[in-house]
Amino acid sequence: MTLAADKNTDIVVPDGHVKLTIDGAEVVAPKGELLIRTAERLGTVIPRFCDHPLLEPAGACRQCLVEVEMGGRPMPKPQASCTLTVADGMVVKTQLTSPVADKAQAGVMELLLINHPLDCPICDKGGECPLQNQALKHGRTDSRFTETKRTFPKPIAVSSQVLLDRERCVLCQRCTRFSEQIAGDPFIELLERGSQQQIGTAQDQPFQSYFSGNTIQICPVGALTSAAYRFRSRPFDLVSTPSVCEHCAGGCATRTDWRRGKITRRLAAEDPQVNEEWICDKGRFAFTYTTEPDRLLRPRVRDAKTGELRDASWTEALRVAAEGLTKAKEAGGVGVLPGGRLTVEDAYAYSKFARVALGTNDIDYRNRPSSAEELAFLGSTVSGTNPEHGVTYGDIEKAPAVLLIALEPEEEAPGVFLRLRKGNRKHGNRVFHMGQWTTPAVVKTNGTLIPCLPGEEADMLGRLPSEVDELLRRPDAVILLGERAAEITGLFSTARELAAQTGAKLAWIPRRAGELAAIEAGALPTMLPGGRPVTDSVARAEVELAWGLETGTLPTAEGRDLAGILGAVANGRLAGLVIGSVDVHDLPNPELAERALDSGVFVVSLDLRESSVTRRADVVLPVAAISEKAGTYINWEGRRRPFPVVITGTNRLPDCRVLDTLAVEMDADLFTQTPAAAMADLGRLGHHTGNRIPAPSVDAGRPNRPGQRHAVLATWHQLIDHGSMQDGEPHLAGTARPAVARLSVDTAKAFGVADAALITVGTDRGSVTLLAEFADLPEGVVWLPSNSTPATVRTSLGAGHGALVTVTTAANGAAS
Amino acid sequence: MSNELVPVLTKRWLSPNSWTMDTYEQLEGYQGLRKALGAQPDQLIELVKASGLRGRGGAGFPTGLKWSFIPQGDGKPHYLVINADEGEPGTCKDIPLMMADPHSLIEGCIITSYAIRANFCAIYVRGEVLHCIRRLNAAVQEAYAKGYLGKNILGSGFDLDIVVHAGAGAYICGEETALLDSLEGRRGQPRLKPPFPATSGLYASPTVVNNVETITSVPYIVLGGSDWFRAMGTEKSPGPKIYSISGHVEKPGQYEAPLGITLRELLEMAGGMKDGIPLKFWTPGGSSTPLFTAEHLDVPLDFEGAAAAGSMLGTTAVQVFNETVSVPWAVMKWTEFYKHESCGKCTPCREGTYWLTQILQRMCKGEGTAADIENLLDICDNILGRSFCALGDGAVSPITSGIKYFRHEFLALCEKNAEDSYEAFLAGASA
Amino acid sequence: MTEMLNDVFGQDTRTKAQQLIARYPQSRSALLPMLHLVQSVEGFVSQDGIRFCAEQLELTTAEVSAVATFYTMYKRKPCGEHLVSVCTNTLCAALGGDAIYARLKEELGSDGKPLGHEQTSEDGKVTLEHAECLAACDLGPVLQVNYEYFDNQDPDTASDLVAKLRAGERPAPTRGAPLTDFKQAELQLAGFFEGRDLDVAGPSAAKETLRGNTVAQDRGWSAPVMPDGVLPPVPEKKK
Repeated sequence: MTLAADKNTDIVVPDGHVKLTIDGAEVVAPKGELLIRTAERLGTVIPRFCDHPLLEPAGACRQCLVEVEMGGRPMPKPQASCTLTVADGMVVKTQLTSPVADKAQAGVMELLLINHPLDCPICDKGGECPLQNQALKHGRTDSRFTETKRTFPKPIAVSSQVLLDRERCVLCQRCTRFSEQIAGDPFIELLERGSQQQIGTAQDQPFQSYFSGNTIQICPVGALTSAAYRFRSRPFDLVSTPSVCEHCAGGCATRTDWRRGKITRRLAAEDPQVNEEWICDKGRFAFTYTTEPDRLLRPRVRDAKTGELRDASWTEALRVAAEGLTKAKEAGGVGVLPGGRLTVEDAYAYSKFARVALGTNDIDYRNRPSSAEELAFLGSTVSGTNPEHGVTYGDIEKAPAVLLIALEPEEEAPGVFLRLRKGNRKHGNRVFHMGQWTTPAVVKTNGTLIPCLPGEEADMLGRLPSEVDELLRRPDAVILLGERAAEITGLFSTARELAAQTGAKLAWIPRRAGELAAIEAGALPTMLPGGRPVTDSVARAEVELAWGLETGTLPTAEGRDLAGILGAVANGRLAGLVIGSVDVHDLPNPELAERALDSGVFVVSLDLRESSVTRRADVVLPVAAISEKAGTYINWEGRRRPFPVVITGTNRLPDCRVLDTLAVEMDADLFTQTPAAAMADLGRLGHHTGNRIPAPSVDAGRPNRPGQRHAVLATWHQLIDHGSMQDGEPHLAGTARPAVARLSVDTAKAFGVADAALITVGTDRGSVTLLAEFADLPEGVVWLPSNSTPATVRTSLGAGHGALVTVTTAANGAAS
Repeated sequence: MSNELVPVLTKRWLSPNSWTMDTYEQLEGYQGLRKALGAQPDQLIELVKASGLRGRGGAGFPTGLKWSFIPQGDGKPHYLVINADEGEPGTCKDIPLMMADPHSLIEGCIITSYAIRANFCAIYVRGEVLHCIRRLNAAVQEAYAKGYLGKNILGSGFDLDIVVHAGAGAYICGEETALLDSLEGRRGQPRLKPPFPATSGLYASPTVVNNVETITSVPYIVLGGSDWFRAMGTEKSPGPKIYSISGHVEKPGQYEAPLGITLRELLEMAGGMKDGIPLKFWTPGGSSTPLFTAEHLDVPLDFEGAAAAGSMLGTTAVQVFNETVSVPWAVMKWTEFYKHESCGKCTPCREGTYWLTQILQRMCKGEGTAADIENLLDICDNILGRSFCALGDGAVSPITSGIKYFRHEFLALCEKNAEDSYEAFLAGASA
Repeated sequence: MTEMLNDVFGQDTRTKAQQLIARYPQSRSALLPMLHLVQSVEGFVSQDGIRFCAEQLELTTAEVSAVATFYTMYKRKPCGEHLVSVCTNTLCAALGGDAIYARLKEELGSDGKPLGHEQTSEDGKVTLEHAECLAACDLGPVLQVNYEYFDNQDPDTASDLVAKLRAGERPAPTRGAPLTDFKQAELQLAGFFEGRDLDVAGPSAAKETLRGNTVAQDRGWSAPVMPDGVLPPVPEKKK
């Protein structure tokens, strides 16, 4: 006893820390740390079920009982180490040194198992099951229970993608606590009492939450399982590869499990600075699009005789492509539309290809509504952003106030939504949403809606409530802009001014994973890689040097943006197009795009799957999906998110490789033969320290105003909608939020649709018919989900956020 | 010196229409309030501390000390919540008290709220006692009408609102933190302590939760002073106490006696055992307190005495059983109660009561073995002190004490199986 | 959806729901009384009742279901005109409560089958349940009809009581107000006693309740004389 004490008198306890003893070893711990965490840091894992570091302590399962002495007096009962914070002089004995603790833990384990079904052979969790592991480690070797177990019909679907097996549930309440605390979606709850207590939903309301998949991952038993993954695999059959999500710009760390060349499931990986331990359901489940039947596997060329697309070898396809592009270059020029879902390496290859092989600045990755003001904003404010100097998730969590403008966080950047909610719950941070109605995100962040007309956001920034203005002036306040800002004249400019005036930090959160990467790669008409303005001769010279080009090779004028490129193709001024994965229906003017593609232009398409673009292309080159290549995304924070190849040996080629070879056919050298090579080549350019693109300075636009016969349209994408990257996963699709049109009661009355269940929103281009729901929109405003119906806002209406639309009762009574 | 009954809280019950404002005011009603409002709140807290009043809901926590834990001057609203969820089997003192003399509780509430600076008080009554709720509700209306509730009570500047809130049938809501969750409109499941209700109770604000009888004692203490109060009972357990005698006695009923009285004395007052059949076992304070037998007739029934003899005073719910009652049967019935009322939050109580019930049911049918008795005790050992709240502890009391004093009875039930070797057929594993 | 709920729960119920909410500093506290309120309308807590409460309190139906399924008094199926609750906890059972329950089960059953727990007799008059301790142990065996006490019962008196209920009579409780029916009892439990001023006069003092007082009177016992107690001084403020 005395020897050990003497040895350890040297431990210095820093400020804010305490010293305690665990199993005879002295340890220093920060004040407020939970005993179970301290023990973990020592290497002693106390068994547990309900404890989770990111959830508030519950103390429900009682598995983590240890013996504790305080102030020399033993506490009369064993304590739950997951609810006890460390204190100076505490003496703790875990199961390692205390027979009482060991027996208590074994006792709890036995009690947990009495009603637990012997399902291991058919339970998905087997092999990665904390109950199995802890039972074997801390439980009895035999069961004394010979009575009747309580049983439930099983499984039941609490949503189309989450199955519940109530017999297996140990009532740790991680799922209900996650849903209530983290996600704010209390649709899954404890029902009944005592031994009949069970997890469940209301009869009429499934477990509808964008984050429901996380409950599957944190469930310590096989009670919550994924409908998509059920019975598919054993964990020891799987190869687990760390990866990054390719959907939104959040950059969540994921873990992809696969075997025999197929991905079986995706999980959230732990990244405390970015996604903590969570991912949204889209990130978790939407990966089957890469194995859809329309996946392109072989190159195709348009047969000269029949005019039909046929399979071809790579050699032939690349030759045809090179010839066609060379001709098109001479006939007027080629435009490049890389699309917004590329890695840095791939986007860089497009960017370099445009300049080196095609000699043009006509490149724009923004396959969505965009503007010249946005271009200036991206070049001046977004390019080069990084976590050291920009806004981070951590900044969002600790900001005393966050103002979101034209950004619907839960639908567009779920990870950001979770942090906003966390910041409010843990620190009381204020969240202001400038938008059109009180969405669930407003409610779940305890936020305040600053309502305005769609298109009025920029003007509204000049008329903010004084409370908001005052809060934005506090240190660490944050302003967030979303992708929709490109449809609102003057918003980028006024937001920059507001940030400058108040000292709040400004960040832009786009909707796609490849946006920041494409900006850094220079896949824009005004920018070379690194944000270098194409019009800046010093910048051009840098790039020419690094690329081994003769001085003066790079085009000196700014190129056309996407609308300009398509317009020029449509009226014959551009003769060729190189298109990455671009869905025509995402474009602001799908009709123009299709006209352009049908105009006889020579199209080289690099894509994953068949689409309206590939069907019109002259050459189709299949490219690798994210799981088939290595690469790097850059998330909205500017944080680099590199990931390795997940499924090896597929022989699929990333865009950078395809373009590299194509360039060679055109006598140009990209040096992007592999992602590593591409990254190295980009790295040779170095960090840009010279002139930047000037910031935009556009006055706040005047929005369309509603009138007697027209409403103003507000629209954005729901997280789970008809996006093509969600194809092939019906379980996920079943959890989409219902597609409804929203308007206020007064607006409905004004347009004579107050009693109609279905309403039709139309333009002269077409219409969308939907169920209507009342919400607190400003008068004369109607909201539609952009892509949740067969008829979509862009394609069918040809409209966007802020457009004028008519509102009538449905003509034929069916939604469309 | 033998104990005599001391009707204090029960005194008014004899009066006709005892529950009305008129009767109450005629019988010194609201005099305590007038005196209290003339004093400083902190004086009242000191008074109750000095009186040694201990909670009458079962735990016996010093009431004045509990009140003093409320942080004053914190700028948060304070709340007083009355635990009128009387559900501990054997306990039947609060319901008759609230029916017969609701104003005494209300007066106690107003004085207590004044002392702790609360302006909202909720009386959480179990839902199954409609007449009690009716009487309370009527009394609250009368009190508002007379200006004893509402704004600026008796010109003191003190405001108080009282709400009578009916529960919906859950014994666990008698646990103070489960009660608070239930009062907030949630499932009645206990909360982690710390934080304690004194700092984070109702709506996360400082709250005092006290039993009906505790708060009803307050006006008398204000009127008579702490010395008077201490003239009854013992030094560590002062004051009068309502003992509820039920079961196999000639005259069951409510007997208000000084704390420390013995069962022998109470039995004498209650006319002795019914039909002269000898006493077999009894509970000092409800089913959650370990059983006593005829050995314990002279145990002083105060907090210290009951504990020293191996049980707890609990709610002084003295249930008396004679020799016609089978102990295993009684224990089984109580265990069924705990299983039914277990909230389900924690593993030991939820699963443990489920298991214990089945073993006991099997034993009472004659299908048990000696090994079952050992299992019962071991399972109880894994529940006692390991569950989230005291319901788990209460659940094991009848079993452990029942086996302690009457193991032979349990064994007798297993006689027919004594010769068979005990083969555990593992219900699931053998498949 | 809202229109459908309006059919079931009219303006009067909505007004009452709002009154309940107004009683508490935080609205969610009104959930338990509100569930009694919807039970008073339909005789049980239906899915409509759950939706009603969810709407009124801005909760999800799951949150309301979680509460509704926790408490014994919220019934899942429509109750008969009267709810008869027989205490079968240990003490009442030892005094005869089990026998009372067994007898009533038989008599209320039909087709030779006894009536099960929380089931309703075929004539819709009586729902029978066994109950936990009703805090009337000195008066056991105890049963309740619509939560009004009928003390000191035995199988015969209980059977007689139930027969009367089925015949449309409403015998007076031993302690409590004249019987109404289950729904009206629930309305009162929700806190609405309008028009029932005379009910408080229903008896409450049985001889058992007054036993201690009676013995004390007989033997001339009383508490010590109460002086005008001295209040302690105002304590010094801690620094």
